[in-house]
Amino acid sequence: MPEITREEVAHLARLARLALDEAELDVLAGQLDVILGAVAQIAEVTDAADVPPTSHAVPLENVTRPDVVVASLPRDAALAGAPAAEEGRFRVPRILDEE
Amino acid sequence: MTTTSTVPTVPYDEALQEFEPVIGLETHVELGTASKMFCGCDTAFGAEPNTHTCPVCLGLPGALPVVNATAIESTIRIGLALHCDIASWCRFARKNYFYPDMPKNFQTSQYDEPLCTDGYLDVVVAGETVRIPIERVHLEEDTGKSLHVGGATGRIHGADHSLVDYNRAGIPLVEIVTKPVTGTGAMPAEVAKAYVAELRDVLRGLGVSDVKMEQGSLRCDVNVSLNRPGEEWGTRSETKNVNSLRSVERAVRSEVERQAHRLRNGERIVQETRHFHEDTGMSTSGRSKEEATDYRYFPEPDLVPIAPDPAWVAELKAALPEAPSVRRRKLVAELGLSDNDSAAMVNAGVLDVVLATVEAGASAAEARNWWLGHLAQKANERGTEAVELPVTPEQVARVIALVGEGTLTAGLARQVLDGVLAGEGEPDEVVAARGLAVVSDEGALTTAVDEAIAADPDAAEKVRAGKVAAAGALVGKVMKATRGQADASVVRRLVLERLGVTEG
Ligand SMILES: [Zn+2]
Repeated sequence: MPEITREEVAHLARLARLALDEAELDVLAGQLDVILGAVAQIAEVTDAADVPPTSHAVPLENVTRPDVVVASLPRDAALAGAPAAEEGRFRVPRILDEE
Repeated sequence: MTTTSTVPTVPYDEALQEFEPVIGLETHVELGTASKMFCGCDTAFGAEPNTHTCPVCLGLPGALPVVNATAIESTIRIGLALHCDIASWCRFARKNYFYPDMPKNFQTSQYDEPLCTDGYLDVVVAGETVRIPIERVHLEEDTGKSLHVGGATGRIHGADHSLVDYNRAGIPLVEIVTKPVTGTGAMPAEVAKAYVAELRDVLRGLGVSDVKMEQGSLRCDVNVSLNRPGEEWGTRSETKNVNSLRSVERAVRSEVERQAHRLRNGERIVQETRHFHEDTGMSTSGRSKEEATDYRYFPEPDLVPIAPDPAWVAELKAALPEAPSVRRRKLVAELGLSDNDSAAMVNAGVLDVVLATVEAGASAAEARNWWLGHLAQKANERGTEAVELPVTPEQVARVIALVGEGTLTAGLARQVLDGVLAGEGEPDEVVAARGLAVVSDEGALTTAVDEAIAADPDAAEKVRAGKVAAAGALVGKVMKATRGQADASVVRRLVLERLGVTEG
């Protein structure tokens, strides 16, 4: 049984706003399936040994900063990377969905 | 968009005789930290657009977030005040979605490991205590603000493009989610409002947020479903953008009325997000939830886990301020308020501000009179609640003090409060700017009295002849001439003096 179906890849591509054509979906579904198969092999071992999944590679906790204001970017610098700006704001295409 | 007015409904009370309501509330609170959740940008409200941003809150490549220690502490204190369990270890998670209000294309939030779980908040409605169960309290970041350009009213509908300001993006936001609340019988709307009001008082008491609903630092999503007694819970709708106490009540009420009509007619309730409109008090249908959004949550790799030290949590718990309900009971007892009095104030939602006004130095009777009288009337005229008026208990106490020391009459005090409500500043500033202080210069008053006597010789003659009641007309003239700024009893004394009459 495959680890991931072509439909699931198409769904994920849509969620990630990736425009994949039919040929790309075929290729990627196959490649992802191989990768996930490899991960599943590792999971077999870790599940048997009761190893919890790793979300962070470094054993650190409670890294925080004090609540102190530091200078922000000048507005021109903040907007410099925007494809479009208007009235000191980032200009974005019309949003179809509701807020 | 404006089809709401034609939505058929069943009257609230009638609907609740036939159906049982289940309500749920998700409340978002912007914390009052000086800096943002994951970067040092200023959180001050009202700055020029995009002047409080940096590579972290703009989501620029390579920028790394670091957690604001105060935000963690505030969230834990909120959880403790709501009797929650505090996680011994938890992580942040990425909530992935594409919407321009988050420049990173994900919101840093918490998913299956919230900081606080399983608490409650007791509220009093119509003399009865209702326990609202709390599911979770978690920490996330606020989004930017969009301005929709080209549409008719700045709404999305018909907009040509949008302009985004990221000053608010990344401000620490606490989400407080209730469990489904059942058994509210005939009062789901009243209970919902009382819960949000009590929660706001708790948050204010903790000093973790300015809890200004009108500025959006406290916002509510309201879930409502109806079922017939004995049946399973119905399908719920979620109403967003509910940004005042009055609207919380109206949002529940209008959903009960709308859903009851559909159910009674055998129609189904669509699981959907509805948008509340403050102007009409109605909601309109938004996105359907049946096409469930897949946020693909996963642990945030750029932030390490949070593991609050139990000893520290115990310290925070021991240092919590008295709960508003406890403080309220004590003050009511100390002030010797009658049950009727405190019930009237609870019903009007002003008990806390009355008590705060007393704590700011006013007498209980005066504080009560102003909040239940003039201010309640002003709130009514504005279609809001007295506690949501832009006047603080300290300002009301100051006005009461000015009356007490003779600087203001009751009438002038009303004008001063109106000035404060109109945004003209502190009471003393309004007194100075509007020239409202009592005219206590007897020389000036005597001149006005003499003019009144000269203008109405008939009345003057009657008074001289012993008909003291006729002095009222003269006093009225003087009060009018001084635009209400004279003390009527002083004017009356002067009128009688000038006419050579002494009252026995
Ligand atoms: Zn920033």
